[in-house]
Amino acid sequence: MTEILWHGRGGQGAFTAARLLGDAYSLKDNAYALAFPSFGPERRGAPIRAFTKLDTKPIGNRSETTRSNYSIFLDDTLFSEKSFRELKQNGIILLNTKKHFDDPRVITLDGDGIAARILGLPITNTILLGAFAAVSGEISLEEINEAIRQTMPRRLQEKNIAAVKAAYEEVVA
Amino acid sequence: MAKKFLSGNEAFAYGVRLARPQVISAYPITPQTIVVEKLSEFVEDGSLNAEFIHVESEHSALSCAIGASSVGARAFTATSSQGLLYMAECLPYAAGGRFPIVMMNANRSTALPWNIYGDQRDSISQLDSGWIQAYAGNAQEALDLALMSFYIAEHSEVSTPFMANLDGFVLTHTYEIVDVPTQEQADAFLPGYETENKLDLQNPRNLAFSAGPDTNTFFKYKEHLGILNASEIIDKAEERFAEIFGRRYSGLTESYQTEDAEYILITLGSISGLVREAVDKLRAEGKRVGLLRLRYLRPFPNEEIANAVKNANALAVLEKDISFGNEGTAYTNVNSALQKAGIELPTSNYIGGLGGKNR
Repeated sequence: MTEILWHGRGGQGAFTAARLLGDAYSLKDNAYALAFPSFGPERRGAPIRAFTKLDTKPIGNRSETTRSNYSIFLDDTLFSEKSFRELKQNGIILLNTKKHFDDPRVITLDGDGIAARILGLPITNTILLGAFAAVSGEISLEEINEAIRQTMPRRLQEKNIAAVKAAYEEVVA
Repeated sequence: MAKKFLSGNEAFAYGVRLARPQVISAYPITPQTIVVEKLSEFVEDGSLNAEFIHVESEHSALSCAIGASSVGARAFTATSSQGLLYMAECLPYAAGGRFPIVMMNANRSTALPWNIYGDQRDSISQLDSGWIQAYAGNAQEALDLALMSFYIAEHSEVSTPFMANLDGFVLTHTYEIVDVPTQEQADAFLPGYETENKLDLQNPRNLAFSAGPDTNTFFKYKEHLGILNASEIIDKAEERFAEIFGRRYSGLTESYQTEDAEYILITLGSISGLVREAVDKLRAEGKRVGLLRLRYLRPFPNEEIANAVKNANALAVLEKDISFGNEGTAYTNVNSALQKAGIELPTSNYIGGLGGKNR
């Protein structure tokens, strides 16, 4: 099973990304996915977590992920040394930041830059999803695009599809 | 069928839409809100032709459903926790009136202390209200239960209201892959609601009447027989369901690796997925363990439990409720089933997950 732990702040769309990933994965054959937020009252700006679990067999454990294969940070102020403790062995951190980290476990991306250029808004959830596709190979761009078309309001679709592609290409490069 | 990535609440709402209810009366409460929001969207976009009545309280929500059912309409409502307790006066009213209303309950802790997270004390406190009580294990089962619940409740040999329980948040708010049947399939499965138990100008009769000491027991006995009959009708519904939709369910309980198990854990609701994984892990270590999931608490699976555990060395019941001053209610009921079947077995009770506790 591949477990993805999303970190964001209320309003940044971390759960939407967690759900889109599960949705995109479910387009495959023999695929099972769960997606859920950290439950409870939500406040704009407060740290939130969201979870995606991907597997090729039914997933019975609905508990929150405590150690992930991928921890994805939409906001680099939520990232710290402690974040490594939540990684499985060979786990990867995917970080939206302008900073540079000299650590093979950390992959960075200037998601805010892509968001400003393509979306005109500081929203990086689908951008980090595109980056995840490039890093993990768990999901294709076509599958993400299809999930976006199925679940996002029409006016947001094309811009987000373009943002996903830009993030994917930047990480691959 | 179409594969969709849905939360438990959404899956249940899709199931309700497929069942074509004529009246939906509801009042929102976390974590149930999404199911009624979704249904109101279906009514708004024209994909569900129902009267959606946003009432002022849960007491009114069920009263309204009783009114609708008493003129022969298919009625649905949904609630959770304090909302269920607020409508509690109306629960035996619906059951005694033999009105086959379907209600989804999102299992949530009851106050005080205030807590919005999941446990099963809300529905289990209403176990004696005369309603059928089912507990879904995942979102697919939630959708399928939504469809089957109307068939079972409305069956002329049952005529009993049906409470379908979904664990708050861990099931209601978790997204998973769900097969959504087509309307044609659903229509082939579920006929329209036909009953003589209604206000009808062509065939006047008395409904919701008084019954004094001389006749009251008779009505209560009939009510008891109705809910007992549900056991057979559940099997019938599931057989019909499997023929049309290709998914098979196993009646009042679901057994996993119990045949040769020395130790059996009995539980209910969505935690059974985790227990199943634990069984696999322990089996891989050579330990003969099994899981028995109670899919229904009413009617209670006395015989199914006795059959599943009769060769075991011991069993335990894991549940998210407590009857204060005694023990877990599922545990009391399980021990009663063993005693009636003459099975002597060491049993123990584990109470966990109260107020959403997860580890």
